[in-house]
Amino acid sequence: MTASSVGKPLDRVDGRLKVTGTATFSAEVAVANVAHAVIVGATISKGKITALDVGEAQRVPGVVAVLTHLNAAKVPGADKPTEMTDKVVQVLQNDAVLYDGQPIALVVADTLEHASHAASLVKATYAAEAAICEMDKEIGAGFAPKAAPGRPPPDSNRGDIDAALATAFARVDATYTTPCENHNPLEMHATIAVFQGEDHLTLYDATQGIFGLRKRISKAFDLKPENVRVISHFVGGGFGSKGSAWSHVFLAAMASRATGRAVKLSITRQQMFAFVGYRPQTIQQVTAAASKDGTLVALRHEVTSATSRFDTFAEPSANVTRMLYACPNVKTSHRLVRLDVATPTFTRAPGEASGSFALESALDELSYSLKMDPLALRLKNYAETDPDEKKPFSSKTLRDCYTQGAAKFGWSKRKPEPRSMRDGNWLVGFGMATATYPSRQSAASALARVKKDGSAQVLAGSQDIGTGTYTIMTQIAADALGMSVERVHFDLGDTTFPETPVSGGSQTASSVGSAVKRAGMAVRTKLIDLAVKGKGGPLNGMSAEQVDAEAGVLVSKQDRTKSDSYEAVLARNGLDQIEEKIDEKEKAERKDHSTHAFGAHFIEVKVDPDFGEVRVSRVVSAFAAGKILNRKTARSQFIGGIVWGLGLALHEHTERDPRTSRVVTKDLADYHVPVHADVPDMDIVMVDEVDPYVNEIGAKGVGEIGIVGVGAAIANAVYHATGKRVRSLPITLDKLL
Amino acid sequence: MKPFAYSRETGLDHALARGKEDGVRYLAGGTTLIDLMRLGVEEPSTVVDLRALPLRDIKADGDGVQIGALATNTEVAYHPLIAKAYPVLSEALLSGASPQLRNMASVGGNLLQRTRCSYFRDPSSPCNKRMAGSGCPALDGYNRSNAILGVSSSCIATHPSDMAVALLALDAVVHVRGGGGERAVPMGDFHVAPGSTPAVETALQKGEIITHVTVPASPFAQRSHYVKVRDRASYAFALSSAAVALDVSGGVVKSARVVLGGVATKPWRATEAEAELVGKPPTSMSFDAAGAAAVRGAVPRTHNAFKVELAKRTVARALRDLVGKA
Repeated sequence: MTASSVGKPLDRVDGRLKVTGTATFSAEVAVANVAHAVIVGATISKGKITALDVGEAQRVPGVVAVLTHLNAAKVPGADKPTEMTDKVVQVLQNDAVLYDGQPIALVVADTLEHASHAASLVKATYAAEAAICEMDKEIGAGFAPKAAPGRPPPDSNRGDIDAALATAFARVDATYTTPCENHNPLEMHATIAVFQGEDHLTLYDATQGIFGLRKRISKAFDLKPENVRVISHFVGGGFGSKGSAWSHVFLAAMASRATGRAVKLSITRQQMFAFVGYRPQTIQQVTAAASKDGTLVALRHEVTSATSRFDTFAEPSANVTRMLYACPNVKTSHRLVRLDVATPTFTRAPGEASGSFALESALDELSYSLKMDPLALRLKNYAETDPDEKKPFSSKTLRDCYTQGAAKFGWSKRKPEPRSMRDGNWLVGFGMATATYPSRQSAASALARVKKDGSAQVLAGSQDIGTGTYTIMTQIAADALGMSVERVHFDLGDTTFPETPVSGGSQTASSVGSAVKRAGMAVRTKLIDLAVKGKGGPLNGMSAEQVDAEAGVLVSKQDRTKSDSYEAVLARNGLDQIEEKIDEKEKAERKDHSTHAFGAHFIEVKVDPDFGEVRVSRVVSAFAAGKILNRKTARSQFIGGIVWGLGLALHEHTERDPRTSRVVTKDLADYHVPVHADVPDMDIVMVDEVDPYVNEIGAKGVGEIGIVGVGAAIANAVYHATGKRVRSLPITLDKLL
Repeated sequence: MKPFAYSRETGLDHALARGKEDGVRYLAGGTTLIDLMRLGVEEPSTVVDLRALPLRDIKADGDGVQIGALATNTEVAYHPLIAKAYPVLSEALLSGASPQLRNMASVGGNLLQRTRCSYFRDPSSPCNKRMAGSGCPALDGYNRSNAILGVSSSCIATHPSDMAVALLALDAVVHVRGGGGERAVPMGDFHVAPGSTPAVETALQKGEIITHVTVPASPFAQRSHYVKVRDRASYAFALSSAAVALDVSGGVVKSARVVLGGVATKPWRATEAEAELVGKPPTSMSFDAAGAAAVRGAVPRTHNAFKVELAKRTVARALRDLVGKA
């Protein structure tokens, strides 16, 4: 067998391109005769546009067009989403303003400078109406969202929670809140739209889902899907915000059609807070109750999250409570309130990140009521099978995460009393929390091809949103083909390649990886067949089982001196290449299993007793996520998630002016994310786990689990350090004064 | 960004002459001006770049030090004359921004940097500082980072500088050149509270250029300290800061300086706090009293009320650390 590449910490195959600035991101693609577009955003949050003066803007030299609701072409599909990731978009179809920053005009000019200057000169007059952005004002109008197809229902109920609560020894009832948070990937959303004639469109787009985008845009513009090509070779982070086609993609296409030119539209950092989604604010009521020995007897988790007036996205925060612990009586619900704001969306670990803050904080509170170690409480209620789906787990190695993480962290040194540990002037606290994330798989296709020069080309639509998809697919393909990674070229990001799902829900490695593996194996099988059954050659006449593939050479298992290179096999048989395309479906065994990755965070904080400043000083996190495909890129995903969890716990909150519903904190000076000085060294433990059921490659996906539980682990550590329980994120210092 | 003309001047007299033209803005480090131009808050028709002017020297000035207006924050912070004799200035500078920004930002520009009030920075929002009489949404809107001291019913914008807080504690003097020649403005008079004219932020007149800052020797300069409290470990504006300096002899405070940052509309000298310290031994009790005195008269609002307690603690802590350090 070829030495396996999968699992090795291979450097990113696109690393050199990235660090030398030669990776071409969507807004950087050189397109001839490109015009630049800038969106003008509404400056009210609710009402109507009564007048729109574009005269001054049109007089700016170089301006090609100013699109408004008065002259823009109709896009009948704009407000008709069909897929789960589709959004109702506002693309100059009428005079209504539904949220702050909504696109109300698009200026197209020969240069970005002309377009942005002209955009600043568009003058709108409004009939404004009172806008509401505070959840408590609308909470009475809360409603249950409809269940999305294939997704868990909004409500759940098992056992008899009221009866259980009546007899519980200890009980916690608390309300936890999480704020609105914006994704803010480094690369702003960007599109270059190129209409060729009336019916062919090419989009270079920073997207997490080229095929979803193609579907949405082709339907909305009434184009044949095969006439729409989406290209996305590099994406500078998405985190969920790039999982949908937002208004700017439509607008770029509209502008290209209207002007007959290629149109580039890269939104501004301020606009990242306007119309490309966010994690909605949540209000979560949790009841957790246990018997004297710490056995959980009841969990109740009621979630209300905010959405827009015109579209629906529910943050599924309580789903995690249904399955994480062995508790016989569990009741959960999700409700929505409508506000005069833009529509929220998927944000790294949607539901799990916000919901685990509430659940894992409540368990920590319960541990103090029980005078029980928080880790012991988790172990006491360890779910050996999925209590929600009532199925065995495809694999679950969470116990090892707890024990290995705790040992590395030195959890046993924790003094149980709050405010009992110090380092000089600093208060020291230890906190822990469990992490979990579903391991999904969607249908995906891939094509593998070995060429007569002995190199391989492997293609799958897909996307690399900075996670390392190029690299792990190269490794998977190389192993499956029996080749070295140097000879395998993997390409992605083009709808002319085999179809794949959105890079969301931590499913790309699982879905695309399984297809790539099977495509590679299919090509290898064909090559072996040719070697043993085709024309002549040193392996001719052997059975396929007697042949190994090793670095692009077929070798007899019995007599390793007998070998046949891929080049030789193809040449002898007069072939230029051998290729196979595989359409991989969900692995059949999945339906009998519950599939989740698990982990545990152990975090130390130091809190300044005078100022309430919280510094995270140590992080040990252990994860069991099936096969780790590349220890280096996986570690980056884990630590990236944890850093974001640190921001969720301590820094991030988007604030609106309560009187106008307008976003106040709309740049990275006002909207804080962690900087290097906030982030300590992180010790990541990857617990070995073999999972034969989850998918063809045994990998569970590592994109999102890192953030899950970090909010609670830090809040729990802050409580341990200070004796103050903060139930409202982020934990800014004013809450600890 | 509105299109603008750009030119670079190499001589001070030429640069001053350009200042008489309409719509001219001087460019130094650019860390404030370029940002505000991008946002549409500043819309100069001409940007006159001063960076080639010979105003970058840092040198001894009698017993004190003279700092050229174009010296970068980095150069000042690490200069041996500063780091040793005026620790509060060095500490304040290094607590601000990021190394990249400090490498660009100048002393003159830092003195003139404008508020981070979100409403000021959003041209689609009313703001009395940007557009006289349009109103102040921060008063009753989102005002977590806004000021509690030196406020008026027109404006509660916080002055964002760290450096200026330290310079005020050190009795620095700002030297400016204009059509009428040179004049020297003590730091205490350089920044002005908003009152009913929040657009007026400093004593600098149209067409004047800051040439240098002098920092005198003083009995308390060497025993000085800056403490900054913020929302994250680095690269954030102060929620509260304090520059403190003490002259202690014979176990008694002879003179003191207490200046607050991050909580006021200008670098805020707390003379009542200083009075609490002078003539007494430097003890925790007098430090707490100084903290309490420093925020007397504070006007808290919905989201920034915590700053009253925070500023109090910042002053007390800065003094404690200073005495502990010495």
